[in-house]
Amino acid sequence: MNHDILLFLVVVFSAALIAVPITTRLGLGSVIGYLVAGLIIGPEGLKLISNPESILHLAEFGVVLLLFMIGLELNPKNLWKLRRSIFGLGTIQVVLTACAACLLLLAIGWDLGPSLVAGLGFSMSSTAIVMQIVGERGIKNTTVGKSSFSVLLFQDISVVPIMVLVSLLAVDEVSKGPEINPLAAIFSIIGIIVGGRYLSRPIFRWVAGTKSREVSLALALLIVVGISYIMTLVGLSMALGAFLAGVILAESEYRHELEANIEPFKGILLGLFFLAVGMGIKISILLASPLQLLGLVTGLIVLKIGLISLIARFFEVEGRDRLLLGILLSQGGEFAFVLFSSALNSKIISPEVAALLNGAVTVSMLTTPLLLILYDRWAKKCAIDDAKPENDKISNDGHPVIIAGFGRMGQIVARLLHLNKFSTTIIDHSPDNIERVRRFGFKAYYGDATQLALLEAAGIQEAKLFVIAIDDRERIIEMVDIARSHFPNIPILARAFDRNHAYELLKRNVTYFERETFGSALNMGESALKILGIHPFKAHRTALHFKRYDAELIQKQFAVHTDEKEVISTSRAAREQLEKLFMEDSILFADNSSLNWD
Amino acid sequence: MSKKIVVIFAHHNFTDSRIQRSLLKGISNLQNVEIRDLYKLYPDYFIDAKKEQSALAASDLIVFQHPINWYSSPAILKEWQDIVLEYGYAYGENGTALKGKDFLQVVSTGGGKDVYQPTGNNRFKIEEFLRPFEATAYLCGIAYHKPFVVHQAYRISDQELEERTKDYVSLLKSYIENGNTALATLNTHIF
Repeated sequence: MNHDILLFLVVVFSAALIAVPITTRLGLGSVIGYLVAGLIIGPEGLKLISNPESILHLAEFGVVLLLFMIGLELNPKNLWKLRRSIFGLGTIQVVLTACAACLLLLAIGWDLGPSLVAGLGFSMSSTAIVMQIVGERGIKNTTVGKSSFSVLLFQDISVVPIMVLVSLLAVDEVSKGPEINPLAAIFSIIGIIVGGRYLSRPIFRWVAGTKSREVSLALALLIVVGISYIMTLVGLSMALGAFLAGVILAESEYRHELEANIEPFKGILLGLFFLAVGMGIKISILLASPLQLLGLVTGLIVLKIGLISLIARFFEVEGRDRLLLGILLSQGGEFAFVLFSSALNSKIISPEVAALLNGAVTVSMLTTPLLLILYDRWAKKCAIDDAKPENDKISNDGHPVIIAGFGRMGQIVARLLHLNKFSTTIIDHSPDNIERVRRFGFKAYYGDATQLALLEAAGIQEAKLFVIAIDDRERIIEMVDIARSHFPNIPILARAFDRNHAYELLKRNVTYFERETFGSALNMGESALKILGIHPFKAHRTALHFKRYDAELIQKQFAVHTDEKEVISTSRAAREQLEKLFMEDSILFADNSSLNWD
Repeated sequence: MSKKIVVIFAHHNFTDSRIQRSLLKGISNLQNVEIRDLYKLYPDYFIDAKKEQSALAASDLIVFQHPINWYSSPAILKEWQDIVLEYGYAYGENGTALKGKDFLQVVSTGGGKDVYQPTGNNRFKIEEFLRPFEATAYLCGIAYHKPFVVHQAYRISDQELEERTKDYVSLLKSYIENGNTALATLNTHIF
């Protein structure tokens, strides 16, 4: 391998490794870290990397993956639910911000081309930054979270017409964007929709059948890369194609598997993207005209906060939340960089203006976390005045019950939950089970629930309950350990195989467990008593008494249970335990149901 | 045409019962009498209202047979009433499914007749304790008759018990043949 490439990667990753933890500790988020790291190693900094454009092409793929993941989150049902805020709030925000910024710049004497490009670029916000903040604050399902998501989504969609507009503005004929072939474009979009609907399921099923993680990883990457390739062939944006593919696959039961596979690639490539942007910042130009930069940044932020808080008033965003939404969306986004670089290529703007605009967007990205800190201080003061709980509007849909394992146990649990209208997320590693679930009309996802990434994708951070019903005693313990160490607050209901397994669970503080055969053994005992002529009510009461007694016995024995788990699994120890149980039964179990009425 | 009877029976410790077991055994082979032992049918108290209602629909006389526990019926019989006698079925709008049927309560008490007196330990007459059943029957449009009572459950002799069982059996037989005129004798029966 080329030494230069290796050196390049070493520099890039070390810079990220140093800068990102520092900025996240400071509460500024990882995006700023990447930007700063890029700035430091770039041509204007330590000059360790001289041609940032070379990685920008690769890194743009991070944005494509991001849009694919956004699409995955959005099944058509959710999209329809959000239609008002996407097309109302989103449209008005983009159009108003672009127009206002453009007019302001014209007023201070800029030319039409640069003003328009700047306005359009400024109307975009950073999906990467905002979604990260929304995730960190846990406000995904609040009005603000949903509104910001809608606006960002509309911005992502409007990237396509905006890029087309910019290519029309191009001064130089040669550098116009790639020709769009309308017929081919329509056919390829139809192809993606049809393929996603009807081909993906059998392919996923077939790949899942191989039980090889690498193969399913390759499939996930192939989907995104393949679609991006087709899109560039017909002259459409890769990001749009990836988004479309995501939306179509959002209803697939393999969605979480896809998410878990793509997530690390998306993270790394997005990081690279921000690094490249950081490298591209022309400090020298910015320092030459600090007042202009300051004016642009202030104008950008004030305009966006003002307009968004104003518009939000008409879209059911209340009180302080309007300001929060404004601040959240106040920065320029990664698409602005893409837009400005394409406008620069088309010679609509000069390198100096491009540097200035890129600088303004970058600085506005820095200010968002700072403004949020100020907002929090202010909101805390106000919160004393109104005692209304903020999470009032958190809807139920983000708080599922996760069931790992959809075999004989998981199925019954899921059906009972389903009957009581709990939204359940089922994870199972058998393609056959997934098929069966679908026939019953449930939603289920393929995957290995001992994987942290999959649990996260299934939404365990927000889950009400985690039910572990898989058919493997070692993995149950493994799963409990993973869930307990990363999400200590989620209640766990686990399947226990037997007494000793129950002790293992109790040791991990899992107090909700059911021994898998205990219930049916109890029923069987009751049936035996009935067949032998014991009155059914008496038989039932005896069984219930026994259940209560045995539950207490487990607790009691757990307390004196020494760490003999190695020994206990031997058959001799198991026999001794059984003898002990029979002896204790005859002493401790008293059917005190002396129902002495005649 | 001969009449039909359904006996709703409740005893939560039938295994150890003497009086109720004797009474139930006496009627267990009668034609036209269906016995529904609630604790046997529903050990988990999960009563099937539709099944119970169709049993009621098929009969002319509804009998509640049970010991008196704490001045009322065993718990499952209260649950039975709550679940089976629904609004729109037994009462309320269109709730006329049971209208015109007869109702008879067959109960056993630990105490003698003397303690069920204003001056006795239980302070009230047995009819007064059974008022809720009477009112329920009235609301459902069912003819309420005086109850068939076996007192002194713990002291009654085997011979006396046999007599009372015979009385009970012939009462039901007579109802099957003659309808509710048979129950008229109860109204003058000694308590």
